[in-house]
Amino acid sequence: MLDLVWLIPALPLAGFLLLALFGPRLSRRAVALVGAGVVLASAVVSWLVAYSFLTSPPPGASYTQNLWTWMDVAGFQPRMALYLDPLSLVMMLVVTSVGFLIHWYSTEFMAGDEGYSRFFAYMNIFVASMLVLILGDNLLLLYLGWEGVGLSSYLLIGFWYTDPANGRAARKAFYVTRVGDTAMSVGLFLLFTQFGTLQIQDLMRKAHDQWGMVPPGGIATAAGLLLLGGACGKSAQLPLQVWLPDAMAGPTPTSALIHAATMVTAGVYLIARTHVLFEISPTAELAVAVVGAATLIVAGFSAMTQWDIKKSLAFSTISQIGYMFLALGVGAWSAAIFHFVTHAFFKALLFLGAGIVIEACHHEHSMFKMGGLRKELPVAFWTFTIGGCSLAGLPLVTAGFYSKGLIIWSAYASKGGALGLWAAAVFGALLTSIYTFRMIFLTFFGEAKSEVVKRPGTAMKVPVMILAFFAVVAGFVETPGFLGGVRVFSDFMSQALPDAVPRGSLAMSEWGSEAVVTLVFFAGLVIAYYFFLKKPALQEFVTAPAAGRALHRFWFSDWGMDWLYDKVFVQPILWFARINKSDFIDAFYGAVAAVTRALWVILRSTQTGRVRWYAAVVVAGTVLFVALALYL
Amino acid sequence: MIGLLVRRNLLFILMSLEVMVNAAGLAFVVAGASHGQADGQVMFIFILAVAAAEVAVGLALVLLLYHRYRTLDVDMASQLRG
Repeated sequence: MLDLVWLIPALPLAGFLLLALFGPRLSRRAVALVGAGVVLASAVVSWLVAYSFLTSPPPGASYTQNLWTWMDVAGFQPRMALYLDPLSLVMMLVVTSVGFLIHWYSTEFMAGDEGYSRFFAYMNIFVASMLVLILGDNLLLLYLGWEGVGLSSYLLIGFWYTDPANGRAARKAFYVTRVGDTAMSVGLFLLFTQFGTLQIQDLMRKAHDQWGMVPPGGIATAAGLLLLGGACGKSAQLPLQVWLPDAMAGPTPTSALIHAATMVTAGVYLIARTHVLFEISPTAELAVAVVGAATLIVAGFSAMTQWDIKKSLAFSTISQIGYMFLALGVGAWSAAIFHFVTHAFFKALLFLGAGIVIEACHHEHSMFKMGGLRKELPVAFWTFTIGGCSLAGLPLVTAGFYSKGLIIWSAYASKGGALGLWAAAVFGALLTSIYTFRMIFLTFFGEAKSEVVKRPGTAMKVPVMILAFFAVVAGFVETPGFLGGVRVFSDFMSQALPDAVPRGSLAMSEWGSEAVVTLVFFAGLVIAYYFFLKKPALQEFVTAPAAGRALHRFWFSDWGMDWLYDKVFVQPILWFARINKSDFIDAFYGAVAAVTRALWVILRSTQTGRVRWYAAVVVAGTVLFVALALYL
Repeated sequence: MIGLLVRRNLLFILMSLEVMVNAAGLAFVVAGASHGQADGQVMFIFILAVAAAEVAVGLALVLLLYHRYRTLDVDMASQLRG
């Protein structure tokens, strides 16, 4: 059954080709059937493959399917090959399954849009590229998928292209991720020149043999940092996180699939895939942890101040991926992937719920203009609350509690951990709880501020219910020692990723860490309750003084990063372009044009329009050439 | 050839052209005869066919020119100058 792996990316690709070529001529029903159908088929094949992988594990817990040799240039032979191991298997299952639910939801969400077939074509090419990224056996194939998802992200952010602001957001996302991609491609060149191969498993083995024995040199650290740069761009981590909030200009299912559940976690996957490099270089690993910890706090503050429900969720995504990076940085590899899985469920759920709310309120994004939707949209309310509780980590029952608790514990207890990282993660959990319940209270509680114009149908309700189910139960595959100590997930992952190594002499037990997490969850809940439901006047009290207002504005504008980048990069380049408008090179091309024009003036004087004159010139020319031929 | 260059009437230009074409044909025939080969005469048949086609186009042009300018003077029809 494992040899069906090639079908998993091929099916969405076929769907894309079908929709791109014949989409406008198909009926809406057929488009929905093809668009969602291929992803469902892909998901079914993934589960079949997963079943066969689990029941009869291939030798070495990995399976490679070699399709063909991509190219063969001077000993460089990247293969078109798919690599399946527990890591790619889990990623693949999440991408296809959550992907299908979101496609299903989109069949109704996008029903009134004129670009219906275009939307599904883009979504299918996204799923296909994402699967290539995950299943690629060498870094070049991974890079192909990496750029493919970047392209489809660009296309989908700018999906409603008639509004110039959406086009700007799409371009911004493309440029900023390009910065990271450039770092990553330099990293790939570096690895290739060092080891002469891009095949991931070979590369990791050689890196381990060559760099693992001696103390790591600068090159190992440089390679790790460059890959981290690529991961930061794609996963919207500090300092390249500025594109993700603007990416919310795209349709909501896009935000759910690409900018929450799957694409933005590609960086996490990349680092987990090349974990050997980071184990070799403690500097690079520490950088990952610090980036993660800084991002989760910065984005947490920004999420608290947004009025747009989607932007608030976007900052929350940045912050949660910060947790994943933190886990990667302290060497808790499987904890990061665990959080990726639960995050994919609850964040996709939150975005889809937000989509229902936004569509119900006349495409209103501002949370302050919603309110009291609890009774009007019960399904959205309950699922959004479940997703929110999972995000904030409601103890014992939700998936987010287990995955985030594990990361916070690892930030303290594993080899790369430190008390400072643990404190940052706990503080981030407090912020998460505050902004999550702020969203829930503002949107669903209080007095009703807008009427409900559209209620979700079956195709929108069922996927969010399924996701809500998984947002709760997905956590029970991995529980802390004092709560049963289930280790299904990390046992499975340990076939592909090393276990987290605990460090000695700890002053705190896992029980204590989870207790603190529980405490901050309720603290956040209470703070949000007082500020946004019970006594809204408290908000005034905080934002009224000049300092409070300035701080609010600072956080609202993503810590002034956009302003900074505009001043540091955009303006100088524009200025440089302006002063270079008529430089030396331009003068050269101007001269070419001037000479051509002069020749034109001369030559056109021969075009007199007199036939006899032309005939005479022909005669004279003939005589001249005959004479030349005869006498020379 | 002189006729082609000095005449301003399009009809006379065409007639001069015909004479030149025939002269070329005659040269082919003579050259063929002096080498004792039939190729020259074959070429003349080709030239005859081309000349017939050329006359058809040429006379059509003459008619059109006359309709437009009411004259056959080619120097009048010099609007295509650059």
